[in-house]
Amino acid sequence: MSMPFYVSPEQMMADKAEYARKGISRGKSSVVLEYAGGILLMAENPSRLSKIGEIYDRIAFAGVGKFSEFDQLRKLGVRYADMKGYAYSRDDVRANALANAYSQAIGDAFTQEFKPLEAEVIVAEVGDAELVGHENNAIFRIQFDGSISDHQGFCVIGGASDDLNAYLEGEFRADLPLGDAMALGRSALQRATEGAPGVPPENLETCVLERSLPGRKFRRLDSDRVRQELGA
Amino acid sequence: MRFKTKYEGSSFSELLATENGQLFPRFDLSECAPGQLQVPHGTTVLAFKYADGVMVGGDRLATEGHRVASRDIQKVYPTDNHSVIAIAGAAGPCIEMARIMRVELEHYEKIEGEQLELDGKANKLAQMIRANLPAAMQGLVVVPLFAGYDLRRSAGRLWKFDVTGGRYEETEYEATGSGGLYARESLKKTHRNDVNQQEAVTMAVQALVDAADEDRATGGIDVVRGIFPILNFCTADGIERVSDQEIESVYRTIIENRFNGRGD
Repeated sequence: MSMPFYVSPEQMMADKAEYARKGISRGKSSVVLEYAGGILLMAENPSRLSKIGEIYDRIAFAGVGKFSEFDQLRKLGVRYADMKGYAYSRDDVRANALANAYSQAIGDAFTQEFKPLEAEVIVAEVGDAELVGHENNAIFRIQFDGSISDHQGFCVIGGASDDLNAYLEGEFRADLPLGDAMALGRSALQRATEGAPGVPPENLETCVLERSLPGRKFRRLDSDRVRQELGA
Repeated sequence: MRFKTKYEGSSFSELLATENGQLFPRFDLSECAPGQLQVPHGTTVLAFKYADGVMVGGDRLATEGHRVASRDIQKVYPTDNHSVIAIAGAAGPCIEMARIMRVELEHYEKIEGEQLELDGKANKLAQMIRANLPAAMQGLVVVPLFAGYDLRRSAGRLWKFDVTGGRYEETEYEATGSGGLYARESLKKTHRNDVNQQEAVTMAVQALVDAADEDRATGGIDVVRGIFPILNFCTADGIERVSDQEIESVYRTIIENRFNGRGD
């Protein structure tokens, strides 16, 4: 009778983490920035497959890594939010609970499945002055092992996230106008391309959660609008 | 609220039925004797084409047998930026269906990344009405009108339905509910597809006033309480509700003209 090789839990987790990290670092980054009018979500994405999506009235999603995996997570988020909004009220759908649900699901996949998810996601919620306790923006990052963190101002996920988060730490200012926030987001994404010439506006997937909009606050900006905001 | 779901499609009503069956409206009245259950019913709603798209409207009365259940119920609901549902029948299931329809369209758009065609929306609604057939057989009838602006054809379109989920596109106008017949009779005389917004408001108010005149379950315009019909325009630019002030002034003109012996 053959015995399976013994692998210590530490080793197994380390191997899984390395596997997931490698997978994620192969992809491009996504950046989320607060600006004066709400929250800006940007990804370098020449394809027509979206990395950014609408979850609910005030909540958006950004994912990096393996498309099929983070898109599945996005759909789970939409289903969760729509069911919750239907069962209770639209104002009861909050980013906090959604981020926790993601953390739980991604963490479970990391420990229980043979292959961890090669994806990490951001859940961003724009504040609403009339909702007590939710007046401010919220940005949550959920990593491949389910670890969750909340961020103020900005957050980058994907390949060069450590480097880009450090870069934004120095460059980010609160209450930037949309065009300036977009230029900052683009310059961060450009750093990740390592010397390749600038990211053209048509390769930027750009979405906003605009606080002043009624109801659904998520908007996808086309490349003409992006070019206009960037003044390019 | 479960996070992971077995259902993987893009329909919200199917998601709800599969994952959270207890939230899905199902009505079993087999224990009730026929006629025993009295629930509020909504009455007259109408939809017609005009120059810029479609107009959808409804009165505000809900009745429970011979009693007034509500004087200012809402029967016209936008389901997204370019479509409107107007409900007639048992108020509870009707309003729930309008709510689910709205989430349905939004859910599809978010999951798939694009909106359904107007035909697809009408078809989905027909399926939801068909699923309600057992309840309809027991008295909880839901027969809405659905109308919208078809961005692909650049035209307003409208549909009526029957309890079996039959879906019939109308070319000019339609009205349903207990006062629907009278509203249709009125529209038969006044309706033209090429009228402007202002004329469309007059047409709609006339039809609703006529329906309220003949049908006791249809609410008239209540200037004392300030309760006016809900009228929604649906055009390429989206949905716009007609203000109460405008309806009131149109209504006063109609009354004055009738008082002076003029029909219009």
